Amino acid sequence: MSANVAAAAKAAPSPDDKSAISVKDMRKCFGDHEVLKGISLEAHKGDVISILGSSGSGKSTMLRCINLLETPDSGEVRVDGELIKMKQSRDGHQAPADMRQVERIRANLAMVFQSFNLWSHMTVLENLVAAPTHVLKRPRAECLEQAEALLKRVGIWERRNYYPPHMSGGQQQRAAIARALAMNPKVMLFDEPTSALDPELVGEVLRVMRSLAEEGRTMLVVTHEMSFARDVSSKVMFLHKGEVDSLGEPKEMFARPPTQQFGQFIANFNK
Amino acid sequence: MDYNFYLSTMWSVLKALPLTLEIWFFGIAFGLVIATGLTWLRASGSKFGEYFTRAYVFVFRGSPLLVQLYLVYFGLSQFDFVRHSPILWPILRDPMYCTIVAMALNTAAYESEIFRGALRAVPVGQIEAAKAFGMSAFTRFRIVALPIALRLALPAYSTEIILMTKATALASVVTIMEMMGTAQKIQHDTFRPIEVLTCAGVIYLLLNLSIARLFAWVEYLLSPHLRPPPEQSQQIKPVPEVL
Repeated sequence: MSANVAAAAKAAPSPDDKSAISVKDMRKCFGDHEVLKGISLEAHKGDVISILGSSGSGKSTMLRCINLLETPDSGEVRVDGELIKMKQSRDGHQAPADMRQVERIRANLAMVFQSFNLWSHMTVLENLVAAPTHVLKRPRAECLEQAEALLKRVGIWERRNYYPPHMSGGQQQRAAIARALAMNPKVMLFDEPTSALDPELVGEVLRVMRSLAEEGRTMLVVTHEMSFARDVSSKVMFLHKGEVDSLGEPKEMFARPPTQQFGQFIANFNK
Repeated sequence: MDYNFYLSTMWSVLKALPLTLEIWFFGIAFGLVIATGLTWLRASGSKFGEYFTRAYVFVFRGSPLLVQLYLVYFGLSQFDFVRHSPILWPILRDPMYCTIVAMALNTAAYESEIFRGALRAVPVGQIEAAKAFGMSAFTRFRIVALPIALRLALPAYSTEIILMTKATALASVVTIMEMMGTAQKIQHDTFRPIEVLTCAGVIYLLLNLSIARLFAWVEYLLSPHLRPPPEQSQQIKPVPEVL
C-alpha cells in the first residue's frame, strides 16, 4: 500500500506521460528589453512544432531558454515530466539549482544551431563521437559504429574524416544533425537550421529534417521555412513581440490565419 | 681570416650550450607552471584573482628582466630572513637558480596574457555546442576550449619562447658562464670582439631557427583543418531522396 503511494508520488510531477516538453509562463529580459512575456508551450512525444515569428519576436531565445543556454527570469520548464530546478541567485535573478540535472537534461535535448557550431578542430567522425563518449560514457567502438551509420543516413559518410571548414554549409549542417542524433535525444531543438545556408543548399538539410519528422521524432524547429512549417510540422506556433500570438494545426493556420499578425507575416513570405 | 680562431671560439662557446639550454628549459618550464596558475586565477572570475594577476602582469611585464634579475640575485639576499631561511637561501644564493626564478617570473607574465587572450578568442558557438550536448564545465574545457585555445596561443607562445632563448644571455651578468658569459671571457682575453661575438650570435641564431622550426611543425600537426582538404578529388554523393 505504502509502496503504491510512494510510486504515485514519484510519478506525480509528470502531468501526463505523453508530455515531452512543457513550458509554463516563461519570461526573459535582456536589460530593459522584455524578450519573452510569459510563453507557454506543450510538446507531446512525436510532435513537430514549428516556431515562427519575425526577427526579435523571441523565438530563438525561447528555444535557448529550454536547454538553459539562456536562463529564463521566471517560469518553469519540464522535460519528459521532470522540472528543471531553479533557485534565486543573490542578484535577484534565477539560476539553475543543480548543474548536474541541467547537464543530464541537456544530453536529452540535442540542439542544431544556425551556424552549425561543429567543433572545428575535430573531424566529422570525432564530432559525432565526442559527446556520446564523454557525456553518456558509451564505449567508443559502439559510438563510432553508430556515427558511421548516421553519416551514411545523412549522406556524408564519404566526408567522415574531413574537418568542418572543408565542407559546404549544407554538409556541415547535415553533420551537425547527425551529431545531434548520435545522442539518441528525446527531443531535438533546431535553431534556424537553414538560415545560414545558400538557397541551393537548404533543400538537402530540409530533406533530412523531414525524414526525422516522418520517423516520429519530437522536434522543436525555429524556422523561416514556410513550406516545412506547413507541410511537415504537426503544430505551428507564431510568436509576436514575445508572446504566443497563435498556435494550431498548420493546414488550418495557413488556410485561415487566426490573427491579423499571422496573416500579415505569411503574406510577406508569399510576396 | 683566422679560421682556427673562429673554430676554437665556436667550440668553446658551444661547450657552454648545455648550460644555456638548462637555464632556458627550467625557466620556461617553471614559467609555464606559474602562467597556468595565473591564467586560472584570472579566468576564475574572482575580484582578487583579477586584481592580483593584473598587478603581477603590470610589474613583471613593465620592468626590464635585467632589473628583476638583479633584484632577485643581489636584492633579496639583503634581507636577513632570506639569508636565514632554510628553504629560500639555498635557492637564492645560487646565481643559476636566481636566473631561473627571474626568467620564470618574467615569462609567466607574458604567457598568462597570451593564454588569457587565446581563451577569450575561442568562438562562443563552439562552447555553446558543448554546453547544449550536456558536457560539464570541466569536459567543455578539456575537449573544446583548451584544444582550440592552445592552437590560437601557439604562434604568440613560440615568439615568447624565442625571446626567452635570447634572455638567457642575461645570466652572464650574474657570473654564469653560459654561452654569452663564455664569449665575453674569450673577448676579454683576446680583444677580438668581432670574431667572438659573431660566433656567439651565429649559435643563438641557429638555436632559435631550430626552435622556430619545431613550433612551425607542431602548428602544422595541429591545424589540418586550416589546410586544404586531403582528397579533393573524392566526389560527394547527393542525399538520396528516400532516407
